[in-house]
Amino acid sequence: MGFVEAVLLTIVTAATPLLLAAAGELVAERAGVLNLGLEGMMIMGAACGFAGAYATGSIMVGALCGIAAGAVLAAVFAALTLGLAANQVATGLALTIFGIGLAGVVGSPFVGERIVAAPHLSVPLLGDLPLIGGVVFGADAFVYLSVALVAGIAWFLARTRAGLVLRAIGENPTAAHALGLPVRRIRTLAVLFGGACAGLAGAYLPLAYTPFWVSGMTAGRGWIALALVVFASWRAGWLMLGAYLFGAITILQLHAQGAGVGIPPQLMTALPYLATVVVLVVVSRARGRDRRAQPQSLGLAFVPER
Amino acid sequence: MRLVLERRLAQHGLVALASPLLAVALTLATGAVLFAALGKPPLAALSIYFLDPLSDLWGLQEIAVKATPLVLIAIGLSFCYLANVWNIGAEGQFLFGALAGGGLAVATHGTGAGPWVLPAMLALGAIGGALYALVPALCKVRYGASEILTSLMLVYVADLLLDYLVRGPWRDPKGFNFPTTAEFDAVATMPLLAEGGRLHVGVLAAVLAVLTAALVVWRTRQGFAMRLAGAAPKAARFAGFSADALVIFTFAVSGALAGLAGIIEVTATVNHLQPNMSPGYGFTAIIVAFLGRLNPFGILVAAFVLALTFIGGEAAQITLKLPLDLTKVFQGILLFYILACDTLILYRIRLVQPAPDAISGMR
Repeated sequence: MGFVEAVLLTIVTAATPLLLAAAGELVAERAGVLNLGLEGMMIMGAACGFAGAYATGSIMVGALCGIAAGAVLAAVFAALTLGLAANQVATGLALTIFGIGLAGVVGSPFVGERIVAAPHLSVPLLGDLPLIGGVVFGADAFVYLSVALVAGIAWFLARTRAGLVLRAIGENPTAAHALGLPVRRIRTLAVLFGGACAGLAGAYLPLAYTPFWVSGMTAGRGWIALALVVFASWRAGWLMLGAYLFGAITILQLHAQGAGVGIPPQLMTALPYLATVVVLVVVSRARGRDRRAQPQSLGLAFVPER
Repeated sequence: MRLVLERRLAQHGLVALASPLLAVALTLATGAVLFAALGKPPLAALSIYFLDPLSDLWGLQEIAVKATPLVLIAIGLSFCYLANVWNIGAEGQFLFGALAGGGLAVATHGTGAGPWVLPAMLALGAIGGALYALVPALCKVRYGASEILTSLMLVYVADLLLDYLVRGPWRDPKGFNFPTTAEFDAVATMPLLAEGGRLHVGVLAAVLAVLTAALVVWRTRQGFAMRLAGAAPKAARFAGFSADALVIFTFAVSGALAGLAGIIEVTATVNHLQPNMSPGYGFTAIIVAFLGRLNPFGILVAAFVLALTFIGGEAAQITLKLPLDLTKVFQGILLFYILACDTLILYRIRLVQPAPDAISGMR
């Protein structure tokens, strides 16, 4: 595999956790729920995913543990914000603090341990195609899953009745409730789906990206994924572009550090975070004060009048 | 059976006072379960965590010292949250304030500069924190970028900037390659309130902040504008209060207070700059603000409660071999319960049987 191919492959690998987490959050946000606890759900997914894979030796079990951990945390979030109409922003922050802490406790016995990372696909002949062969036919299973997931979500939101119901609830829950649509049930399902995706995204890190557990290993990816949803204007297709763009920034700064460019490594490490700020500004500016791209009830509590 | 929330017509003062207390009680109960799950005797562990630090004068002073940055930051954040503005990057503003003020100590180190250094550092810390907070505020009002995400991103940037400075240009040449600046001179160090104690002059700044905030929130036009914008944004707009001006104001105030907290923490407790200087004060202060119900005096009490979790967490790590991350678990659970209990203030919670359908109702 050539150098360019290897770089492209690492970009895709770096982008995959962002894509998985952002895809789940997109569904929750289209239903009108802003779950800022993405970082907490991801890191719990990472800790539990590693624990599961370490205990059983199976990547699959690890991934399922990550999904379960993310969904459980999302259930707590749903109980508070949907059951008790608590403030979504504050509850999301609580979820992040709680998740980071609990992941540290869960992961503490595993510090310094290693597992065998998820294998990469190897398709004979096709995998040897120049430039794109390694990327398209030689990535790990999660990469393909993430792409399929985004395509599935795009289809679900735009082409199915259930997707239309979900979007209606996100735009105007009061009207949806008046039509007899189960607002809180759909929102709960959307939040749980978002949590499961975030858990899987977190589990991807120790299962495929770096095959060990470190405290705080998500390093703000949950927040970047949240920004990606804004960048994508709540459209699934644009998520791919955003995620791969951020994957590219992450990998290029790593290579620049490795090549010993005369720039302080801390500045290079700060690049994805600074890029997020810049991207948010540029996208928000282009959109102006037009708030139509955003689900109209995003972040607002809904209490049905009986 | 179904859970139904009914909006209360009038809000009970007593419920408003009881809800944070209930949240703390529920957190302690959950803590006992958690300790048992980790195989530690629950009551003994709770006592090490939450009672032992209160048992002697030294521990009490230590709590007050830890509560100082929490009070300062949370007071500023309460301004934001009252006005429904979401600054969650106080941790970054804290660090930026610490390095803006600390930079002067590094620059004047060993030059025999006079006693003006410390006040100048404090001013620089507050200004630095405010300027750093104005970045997300301006991105919000100029371009409409979500202040939640931008302020949070800048936490990572401030952390890395501090890391760069103390490993690079500001590193102590005589420091055996450790990533720290030289120890600050005496003129750049916060004096103690009483010789031999732990309390320092900076503690007074926290008390002053509480009193000033109480005046601003309840007795000034700006305080009214903040509360109105949070409670009824449309009414605030019709009344002619600019939402943009409030974003700028609340971010500037909270940034200045977080920056001040940062430079006070550096000059009073560590006396040099180093990486990982904060145990997460900026994030914990968010919980303090909510536990104090965004009330300045409530925040003062709440800061002591959260300061206790830091000290208890350190004690539990040493005596019970519990991971330090458990403190964050407690803090997260506490915030969950606060938010859940807040619902009790706004709503009456009732469990209702599913309504009988029309025909069975007729019988």
